[in-house]
Amino acid sequence: MARMTGRRALSAVPVLLAVTFAVFAVAAASPFDPVKAYTGTAGLTASQENLDQIRANLGVDQPLLSRWWHWLTSALAGDLGDSSVLRRPVAEVIGERLAWSALLAAAAFTLAILLGTALGVAAARRRGGLLDRAAGSAAYILEAAPAFWLGLLAIWFFALELGVLPAGGLTDTADDTVTAGQVATHLVLPAAVLGISQLPWFFLYVRQGVGDALDEDPVRGARARGLGERTVLLGHALRSGMLPMLTLIGSRIPELITGALLVETVFSWPGIAAATVQAATSVDFPLLAALTVLATAAVLLGNLLSDLLYGLADPRVGFDG
Amino acid sequence: MTARSIRGTAAATLATTVAITAAACSNPGSAGPGAAKDSAVVGIAYEPESLSPLLGYGKDGNSKIFDGLLAFDGAMRLKPALAVALPEVADDGLTYTYRLRKGVTFSDGKPFTAKDVVFTYRTILDKKTNNPNKTELDALKDVRAVGDDTVVFTLKYPYAPFAERTVLGIAPEHVAAKQDVNSGPFTTRPIGTGPYVLTGWSRGEKLSFKANPGHWGGAPAVKRFTMAVIKDDDVRATRLRAGDLDGAILPPNLAKGFKADGSRKTYEATTYDYRTVTLPTHNEVAGDTAVRRALDIAVDRRTMVDKILEGAGEPAYGPVPTASAWFAKGTERRHDLAGAKKILDEAGWKPGPDGIRVRNGVRAAFPLWYLSGDKLRQDHALAYASDARKAGLDIRTQAGAWEVIEPRMKEDAVLAGGGSPGDPDFDQYLLLKSTLGGDGFNNMARYDNPAVDRALEAGRRTDDKAARKAAYDTVQRELAKNPGYTFLTHIDHVYVVADRWDGLSTQVEPHDHGLASGPWWNVEDWKPKK
Repeated sequence: MARMTGRRALSAVPVLLAVTFAVFAVAAASPFDPVKAYTGTAGLTASQENLDQIRANLGVDQPLLSRWWHWLTSALAGDLGDSSVLRRPVAEVIGERLAWSALLAAAAFTLAILLGTALGVAAARRRGGLLDRAAGSAAYILEAAPAFWLGLLAIWFFALELGVLPAGGLTDTADDTVTAGQVATHLVLPAAVLGISQLPWFFLYVRQGVGDALDEDPVRGARARGLGERTVLLGHALRSGMLPMLTLIGSRIPELITGALLVETVFSWPGIAAATVQAATSVDFPLLAALTVLATAAVLLGNLLSDLLYGLADPRVGFDG
Repeated sequence: MTARSIRGTAAATLATTVAITAAACSNPGSAGPGAAKDSAVVGIAYEPESLSPLLGYGKDGNSKIFDGLLAFDGAMRLKPALAVALPEVADDGLTYTYRLRKGVTFSDGKPFTAKDVVFTYRTILDKKTNNPNKTELDALKDVRAVGDDTVVFTLKYPYAPFAERTVLGIAPEHVAAKQDVNSGPFTTRPIGTGPYVLTGWSRGEKLSFKANPGHWGGAPAVKRFTMAVIKDDDVRATRLRAGDLDGAILPPNLAKGFKADGSRKTYEATTYDYRTVTLPTHNEVAGDTAVRRALDIAVDRRTMVDKILEGAGEPAYGPVPTASAWFAKGTERRHDLAGAKKILDEAGWKPGPDGIRVRNGVRAAFPLWYLSGDKLRQDHALAYASDARKAGLDIRTQAGAWEVIEPRMKEDAVLAGGGSPGDPDFDQYLLLKSTLGGDGFNNMARYDNPAVDRALEAGRRTDDKAARKAAYDTVQRELAKNPGYTFLTHIDHVYVVADRWDGLSTQVEPHDHGLASGPWWNVEDWKPKK
């Protein structure tokens, strides 16, 4: 187990290096001009000398390789640099926003796992029943529906038509203090949308896994021994049916990140995703690189986590290496 | 470890994460929602890049957080702010002396002195400071403090509108000098002498302010003020209707829906915000004076105002709006399609087989770029092309981002916008001076007219009102004879605000509608209605 973790950590290094370099290369090849993004509308009346000076000050006139090297060496020394569009140190930007994104993602993930498992077990119990068919079709529709579309739909219905939930932001517009109660009501819609967009995968996996397990010998044997239906379902079938879901938890993380990106934008949630969009459209190298490292690390960790969980849950699988 | 205990552990970890994040971020014990009379929430479309005056925030005055040495009143006349009076200008126009108000403190309690003024201007001029508006202070050679309450500015050349530039906010040296000017905390958590103190800035969401009780101009009656950043016009209108906002800037067609609402008032601010088509001198067709003059009278400006702007605007004949005292009366051009055709016929542009004119094998055609996603510019560009077509000129409209447009500006026409009130020099010099042709976004059309160059120099070097008026009249008359741009409209900015306060008005507004524009330009003077 420790060996697998160590090996994966080692192999993460070249991956991360390649990813950051790719970010710099792609950004450098993009037609967007970081100086224009930095100056905003003021740049449209600035003199060329002025713009050139800002280009030099920002260091974006350097060649790609030296810019990347400079970023990498200072990042290793603990200095993530300054975000050019947000005018603040990158570490500060991330520190301030990561918690809000984590809160949103955790709430959404919890919702997706709990609701998905419950529905999946219920559907597997009566395969072909009304619940199974209804939830099954809904799951396939949801799988195809983009998260931002669900978000707009939710805003339209709950915020505009019913007026019961706020349409966006972290707190009420008139209030500048952050209270738990306000955050809770503002969290409902984005977390529900993000959670529901993830739910179909968990539902379908659990339904399949539990369904298959119900047909397997150990379960049939348990039933034959006269164990209660509840014990059979939760103690035996769910336990082996959960196995594929453990892999799923890890592999859904990339999807969760991209889903959060869109959901945060739709609901103006002040998380890391909004900053990512801004960093990308303004070719904000330091911020973009740091955020990409973060996202890549999250994906690698997610994969490791699901492999570890799987190995622990089913000793037959073992750990690679 | 069994599967059961894993599930338990996973659930517990998740629950703990949620609890910890919630606890770490929350700040319990605050007040409830504030629909009170002493608070106001407004919706704005644009967010500043930074709140540091050293990087350009509040350069045109009216910053809520900072005061300038001078400020503009409702009629755009200069009035003293951190200075006790308008500056004393030496006879040669090269020295400006300001006496400072005494007893003013920054919101952190430290006193404001001449040192802060010197620090602010010197930092803006510093090459290492990423201030894109630096050229506006091009005339400034040096600034120095004489004692604690006098500041003397020395200019490189006489620059008549220099005093209008000193409305920019003054930063505290004791705070801002100790950090990186381009990215230090001061750029997002500013400290100033202004009527409001920033209490929070959630980027992309809102800026919150509370009244500065110790402001030298008296404590504002609106105690709490919030600017919600809402980029989408429809969302802004919806949130205004839902009561989430007290006021907002809206496009004319959405503002119309609030006209009948007795609890809200609509304000139409007149502006210097123009839309114009650059006619590049280096383009064979657009550079021809006959084509330029024909286009100038072939366009139907009144219809553009009525149809595109729904009446909220004025026809434009140059950067100076017709309502301004600086406008040269008699330079208005009437819509005259027959006249346009006559000019083109006389210049040798004869209609070809497809109805498009041709001269010496050159087809009367050129591309016109507009910023993609900007509906207003698109509408202007399409109307312009359609009017030109009637005169036999083929203008093909194309959408693109500035990155695409910029390299083509030398040869292709662009639907551009701009406008800064305060002084006629501000727009005209940058737009028309031949030496600035192709310098960044200055003089995009590379207009080159020696008579205009001379008048522009004369206009900025003398402080004599009549001489300046004569100079800018010359510029505008020359522009009618050889238009390097086809000016189309000046656009009114429309605001809808709840009718709960007294003292609301609008200033003449610039192109860039930032935080300072709108009826809340003087929110510190609003009084709740009894």
